[in-house]
Amino acid sequence: MPYRRAFRLAAMAFALGLGAPAAVTFAQGEQSTAPYAYRQLDDPAKEREASDLMATLRCLQCQGQSIADSDAPIAGSMRSLVRERIARGEKPEQIRAWLIERYGDYVSYKPQLTELTWPLYAVPLVFLLIAFLLLRRRFVLRARGAMDGATDGEEGDSRREEGDRA
Amino acid sequence: MTASPAEPARAKGPRWAIWLPLAIFLAFVGLVAIGLFKPADHTVRSRLIGKPMPSFDLPPAQAGRKGLSSATLRDGKVHLVNIFASWCIPCRVESPQLGELAKAGVVIEGISVRDSADNLRTFLSENGDPYAGIGADDDGQVQLALGSSGVPETYVVDGKGIIRYQHVGEIRADQLAMILQKLQEAAL
Repeated sequence: MPYRRAFRLAAMAFALGLGAPAAVTFAQGEQSTAPYAYRQLDDPAKEREASDLMATLRCLQCQGQSIADSDAPIAGSMRSLVRERIARGEKPEQIRAWLIERYGDYVSYKPQLTELTWPLYAVPLVFLLIAFLLLRRRFVLRARGAMDGATDGEEGDSRREEGDRA
Repeated sequence: MTASPAEPARAKGPRWAIWLPLAIFLAFVGLVAIGLFKPADHTVRSRLIGKPMPSFDLPPAQAGRKGLSSATLRDGKVHLVNIFASWCIPCRVESPQLGELAKAGVVIEGISVRDSADNLRTFLSENGDPYAGIGADDDGQVQLALGSSGVPETYVVDGKGIIRYQHVGEIRADQLAMILQKLQEAAL
């Protein structure tokens, strides 16, 4: 990949050196001619559906950009693919799945729940649970200390008293 | 309940615990250093390796020549499918290597991406024409179907139409032997 990028840079420098006409032909040769690369769908609802999806798909060439933001030719082809399929009635998640099947999860900005990513979702829940247990212990200890063991009051009650004082 | 309860005495941690923040910090620095000096490889490879070539039927990129359909790739012979374009500079770099492969008897099928017939003709006359057929993928849709993320890319497809290897970027002279070996493996 770095090679190709370097070549592109070299090509751009070259094109600039030759002046405007060369630069123009170079750009035209690369631009996507796919029908919906630069054209919106006529149905606004479908276009909205398509653009929501396009904002969450990664351009394969300029990888920090979504295909909605990128002007790379391959992003144009991908936009057209998304719009054509939405127009045919495909669901956005079907299209995402089709692309992931070919390019892997990396092509999607929307995190997928997979064998690899489930800890990202599970760990915060575990932390919340640990925090709850620690705090509960602390409050119960405090409440017990405050009441000097006068009542063996239920935890729920002691916690409520604790809450009142706070 | 007016007297506020005494704080329960804080349990003193073990003595080594004082080093814990430093250890965590150093672990973090280590992690950043790994990321700095060994950046992740962001080459997007096709997930279709080991899977059948998706079906497509591309018209000829030049009048009077063969195009490329996925049926051709299931004809029992090993094919090299080269995704290229006349506007792609590295494609010029790899064309001598493709010429050598063609001379060695490798069947090379071309897919020209987002190209025009005129530019393609110039490109082929300047850089040689090793292709058995060239399909015109003007919309770039077949490129997406193949899981290709740029040009040039080269696929080794076995006789049953299964993708056996994907080469991302241009084939350099020192990679010819490796490509020939992949072709041999696909023929087995």
